[in-house]
Amino acid sequence: MNALAHLPILPVVLPLCIGILLLALRNAPLALQRGISLAAALALIPLALALNDATADGTHLVYQLGNWVAPYGIVLVADRLAAWMLLTTALLAVFALGYAVRGIDTQGRHFHVLFQLQLFGLNGAFLTGDLFNLFVFFEILLLASYGLLLHGGGRQRVKAGLHYVVINLVGSTLFLFAVGTLYGVTGTLNMADLAVKLAATPAEHAALVQTAALLLFGVFALKAALLPLYLWLPAAYAHTSAPVAALFAIMTKVGAYSILRVYSLMAGDAAGPLTHLLDAWLAPAALVTLALGMAGAVASTALKQQAAYLVVASIGTLLLAFGLGSAGALAAGLYYLPHSTFAAAALFLLADSIARARGERGDRFESGPVLPRARLLGGLFFVVAVAITGMPPLSGFLGKFMLLQAALDSPLLPWVWGVVLVTGLVGVIALARSGSLLFYRTYTAHDPAALTSPTNAALAPVIGLLGLVVGMVIWAGPLSDHAAAIAAQLLDPRQYIDAVLGGRG
Amino acid sequence: MEALIALVIGVLTAGGVFLALRGQTFPVVLGLTLMSYAVNLFLFVMGRLAIGVPPVISDAAAGYTDPLPQALVLTAIVISFGMTAFVIVLALKARAELGNDHVDGHHEDSHEGRH
Repeated sequence: MNALAHLPILPVVLPLCIGILLLALRNAPLALQRGISLAAALALIPLALALNDATADGTHLVYQLGNWVAPYGIVLVADRLAAWMLLTTALLAVFALGYAVRGIDTQGRHFHVLFQLQLFGLNGAFLTGDLFNLFVFFEILLLASYGLLLHGGGRQRVKAGLHYVVINLVGSTLFLFAVGTLYGVTGTLNMADLAVKLAATPAEHAALVQTAALLLFGVFALKAALLPLYLWLPAAYAHTSAPVAALFAIMTKVGAYSILRVYSLMAGDAAGPLTHLLDAWLAPAALVTLALGMAGAVASTALKQQAAYLVVASIGTLLLAFGLGSAGALAAGLYYLPHSTFAAAALFLLADSIARARGERGDRFESGPVLPRARLLGGLFFVVAVAITGMPPLSGFLGKFMLLQAALDSPLLPWVWGVVLVTGLVGVIALARSGSLLFYRTYTAHDPAALTSPTNAALAPVIGLLGLVVGMVIWAGPLSDHAAAIAAQLLDPRQYIDAVLGGRG
Repeated sequence: MEALIALVIGVLTAGGVFLALRGQTFPVVLGLTLMSYAVNLFLFVMGRLAIGVPPVISDAAAGYTDPLPQALVLTAIVISFGMTAFVIVLALKARAELGNDHVDGHHEDSHEGRH
């Protein structure tokens, strides 16, 4: 076996081993722990790039764990979509961790262990080709996220954390019910094999598999914070620490990824009773999510809360693209996905710096003292706001433009254009209001020395994330071509099935 | 037997949902536990009910029961056990931080009341 053969499992095994190592080194000097954690997060980037490179020609890298042949064993499958998600996660993780190592990681125990296990769960969820294994990786990433969410403690954090944990435990139960039903009908859990078996479901089981598939959709919608299951998100994201909230920008995308992966296989063009199962649900729910998310952003009373609602709005845009389901819309969504992740993470990190600079006013929208380094903070806020609302010239605009273009031949055209454009305007108003409150309606501080000036090290991750957003504009051509290639691969599930089952399906 | 098992799963789920919707953390934790019992039982019977037949290959066997759901249930039990332990600790922490055991952390004198 050459090195390439083991490539798909490396992004899963590396964070796991580093997490265990960091647990063993919990009493080691902090600098060593931080160094190992950062180095491991950095190492994921070349791994993800190598996977992107290896899958760019449309190859599916199938890794059979224990050499058990699919569908009997568990497989990891790296295709273009999985590699794309891995790269987004790796880039995000480096900047979130780069922000955390400036002190937030010492507010509680085992931050780096939990962070690595979170990456383990995320990477595993993106790579696995087995439905029950997806459940297990979901549990891993959720358990790590519970720890990270509560990191540092505090009243609001515990309250939001309790809601988050309970609702996700209910979600896990529903996941198991859905998986159990699918297994009971088809006798398999391998996603490729499921796709084959479900397409040939006898008529008397049609209602049963439809129920299971919609139950599964409910679970993924909960993770993705799709309406009406988004209520847990704003409190949880607004009250956790900034680097954790930044990392969680990818968590909702796990739900979106799962919807795309599972339903492109199980509910495509020729899927028996499941054919186009989600068409009636996904796009309308996404439209309402987008509208309500933006409404929440306008009504927010603090910057982190606003950022959390903007995450809800961005997931609405993303799932709208996935819900339209055409090649162009999927490509738009896949281009928009890393953009919205990076922009939301940048906003969370910047909000933390602003909150610290404002002293006791925190990130609440009320007039406060003139900020130290106000020009730099204000400039960064302006760029983040342009990115996250999808204004030109940054990548959010290109993503939305591709989406609007893809909606031209959809029956939902007036709704898509209306909601996307109006919410774009509403988003601009919301962020203009918060920016003017934070930066213009200020008074001279009585004691400027009491305000913490943001250091260059604190702003570097924000600038880095914005650099990625700018990079997505500069290389928009190749990246959108790649997104179109991912979409083409997703719309032809036969390739995935043949790769996993070796043509036996 | 199928009807009995189905009834048990149904009652466990209904009880779990009812308790999970209560306002205090202890019933909620109990509700989550009941739901996880229900789903474990459900997963187990998804391999069909077979009595007195082995799950692994043997020459003397007349038939087999499906071993995979048993492995799945084992995994699910371990995970739900860990999650229950976590949520109990979290509920205790919430009780300490918020001063009461309401899931929304209301105070005793709040108008929203306790149920």
